[in-house]
Amino acid sequence: MSPGREVILKLEDVSKVYAGTVAVKQANFEVRKGAVNVLVGENGAGKSTLMKIIAGVEQPTAGRILLEGEEVSFSSSGDAVARGIGMVFQELNLFGNMTVAENIFATREITNRLGKIDRKEQEKRASEFLDRLEAGIRPDMLVEDLRIGQQQLVEIAKAVSLDAKILIMDEPTSALSAAEVEILFKVIADLKARGVAIVYISHRLEELIRIGDTVTVLRDGRITGQEEMRRVDTQWIVRQMIGSDAKDFAKADGHQPGEEIFRAEEICLPRVTGGLAVDHVSLSLRAGEILGIYGLMGAGRSELFDCIMGRHGHASGKIFIAGKQVKERDTTRRIQRGLALIPEDRQREGLVSILSVASNLTLASLSRFVSLFHIRGGAERQAVVQMVRELAIKVADPAQEVSSLSGGNQQKVVIGKALLTEPKVLLMDEPSRGIDVGAKADVFRTMRKLSRDGLGILFATSDLDEVMALSDRIAVMSNGRLTGMFDRAEATEAAIVAASALGHGPAHGEQR
Amino acid sequence: MTDIPAKAAAPSASSGSALLTLMKLRTFIALIAVLVFFSIAAPNFLSAANLILMAKHVALNAFLAMGMTFVIITGGIDLSVGSIVGLCGMVAGYLVLNGIDLQIGYTVYFNVFEIIVITLLVGIAIGAVNGLLITRLNVAPFIATLGVLYVARGFALLSSDGRTFPNLVGKPELGTTGFGFLGAGRLLGLPVSIWILIVVALGAAYLARYTPLGRHIFAVGGNERAARISGVRVNMVKMFVYMFSGFCAAIVGLIISSELMASHPATGESFELNAIAAAVLGGTSMSGGRGTIGGTIVGAFVIGILSDGLVMMGVSSFWQMVIKGLVIIVAVVVDQAQRRLQQRVTLMQMARVG
Repeated sequence: MSPGREVILKLEDVSKVYAGTVAVKQANFEVRKGAVNVLVGENGAGKSTLMKIIAGVEQPTAGRILLEGEEVSFSSSGDAVARGIGMVFQELNLFGNMTVAENIFATREITNRLGKIDRKEQEKRASEFLDRLEAGIRPDMLVEDLRIGQQQLVEIAKAVSLDAKILIMDEPTSALSAAEVEILFKVIADLKARGVAIVYISHRLEELIRIGDTVTVLRDGRITGQEEMRRVDTQWIVRQMIGSDAKDFAKADGHQPGEEIFRAEEICLPRVTGGLAVDHVSLSLRAGEILGIYGLMGAGRSELFDCIMGRHGHASGKIFIAGKQVKERDTTRRIQRGLALIPEDRQREGLVSILSVASNLTLASLSRFVSLFHIRGGAERQAVVQMVRELAIKVADPAQEVSSLSGGNQQKVVIGKALLTEPKVLLMDEPSRGIDVGAKADVFRTMRKLSRDGLGILFATSDLDEVMALSDRIAVMSNGRLTGMFDRAEATEAAIVAASALGHGPAHGEQR
Repeated sequence: MTDIPAKAAAPSASSGSALLTLMKLRTFIALIAVLVFFSIAAPNFLSAANLILMAKHVALNAFLAMGMTFVIITGGIDLSVGSIVGLCGMVAGYLVLNGIDLQIGYTVYFNVFEIIVITLLVGIAIGAVNGLLITRLNVAPFIATLGVLYVARGFALLSSDGRTFPNLVGKPELGTTGFGFLGAGRLLGLPVSIWILIVVALGAAYLARYTPLGRHIFAVGGNERAARISGVRVNMVKMFVYMFSGFCAAIVGLIISSELMASHPATGESFELNAIAAAVLGGTSMSGGRGTIGGTIVGAFVIGILSDGLVMMGVSSFWQMVIKGLVIIVAVVVDQAQRRLQQRVTLMQMARVG
């Protein structure tokens, strides 16, 4: 662990601007050989963007990249791979319609002399990598048939098979079980011994402290600290991550929840590959209550919300609003009954990015502004202006395209759209994902205010602090099941984490 | 991807937005350009008689292009409109000549108004078939409407064994006279077909702008998943746009057979391509979510005036095709350039703000 390890890659004053946000601001970052270089930061701090720049997926708006002392610019990820940089992406970049072996060797297929793909050889070599991961994945399986954790392992096998000099892992453990994480750490130790530089991104501090050699902290696109891991502790990392001002969760005001406003009974959603994505989940929510649903990636939180909103025709179970059963099966009429969803993926499900801020805000509630079939422009504008003010959406003119806003303001537009339908129950899926600190505080404050006004709020998150600070009660999901339900007073982080890991062993996965 | 440092490009941002405005008005500029060019190059081009004749030609394509615009905005395509034109013309011609034989010794004859309504309903019904194939059976719009293209054309040919229904004057004793009014009649000096175009265009533009349905059409094309989650009845919206497209095609079928006082089963072949061209020229984005009725009408006029003007100048019809093709390609290239420029301008502004 000598500090004198050779620097293989260096970023100098790198910035990246997107439509809507400045993701990385003048970052200086060093990657050392034969070490695990840890990168931490909150959601939306710019970690993934920084890594995509190194991997050639994104090009920096400004700044230089030095690889082994020589300035390089990658115009595609292919360029970066050619220079020995591999990446395990956070969002899985796999082809579901192809086999595991085909995925591992995508773009560098092994061919015989005539140019025909040598399937046998590919599968043989793929199984060498897969065996090291001890996950029971056969190279001829279709990727879409694998569990999400197994898919992540395939992604890792793919990156390892590149024989990269620098290997970037963006939250590789987010969907892995404890046993699978151990295997991954063995693989990492092995790579390290062979002199590979590993860049490791994760949210789980205990993990980072265990395997990291150096640590770099990002906050709001800026690098706020870079240190040897053995010289720092958890407190130091947290301080760098959140700055002097701790997270602003907005205080609970101690109002008492009212009557039960929402109840779900025995919600089930079959998975295409067999088994249940949502497994007999029942829960109830009172007016003015915030119920946090904690769980890892793939735990079934989003799927549960989808079932409640009527997005899956084949889901079963009953839901009740204020004691009355909701028999309507389609989203449109469930919204009319008082349900509203703020989806996890803002770009793909929350916004129509080419429409204006105003059109997006009123999209779900147009019927409120209509007489006969005519949209009353005045009434609509008034509602838009009021919502923009209430949620403090920073926009010069509501006629602006929504894609020109920053992530946090876009999220507020999605929230505003849901609120304009005058819901009784609000479902929020990762409402603070990918937005800046200020907007986060606004979102949390809004949640508090809404609960005070008597709305029932169900919110899903994989952020432990968030669920602890905001919820009146905490439900934990794992593998589609509800594995824990805690009152805030009695909830401990340890108990929640333990519940979220239930039923996640590989043995369980094999049975299905 | 070009990496221009923010500072260096800042002064060009304002000239960029001027260029942007120019690009946004491109269809209008093109319209004025062809008008000016032909009024100099072709004698008699600006005479009232010629202008009205051209407008009548353009109107046919404009109807189809309006229907097509809504379809394309939702992210679909309707290849069947040309065949619907043909089939609806045959339906109208058949009803004028033969009425409906009830198989019990009676034959029912309809008056012209009833015939028009029935024909429009046939067009809407074929559109509904398109919509059902696409929404219920999940057939890709391209394939579904391609299939309907063949089926409708086949039925049009079957209806008369490939012959023309001639001389649709009708018989006074059966009350079937007056079918020529649609194609040849005039109100206040303007042909009836132009009046119909004005009414339908105003209606469509109103629908797009001031009704929830119009807003939903754009939302479905912009992001179908987000629209669905926001409670938009996506399937209903899609049904509507294909039915509206069928309705527009039926109008064209009626007007053409009324103009000719005859129905020919091959009428309308390749009309769908002209309609798509007009919509695209008018700024409708094939990837959905963008487009206006006004733009489409202007696009239809550019294409129509271009081909009529070239005819008047005596340019061979083969060259006309080449020129039309080039105009469409240039229009789309400019459209793409505008998008990129727009993105750049916004990015620059953001970079400057911080």
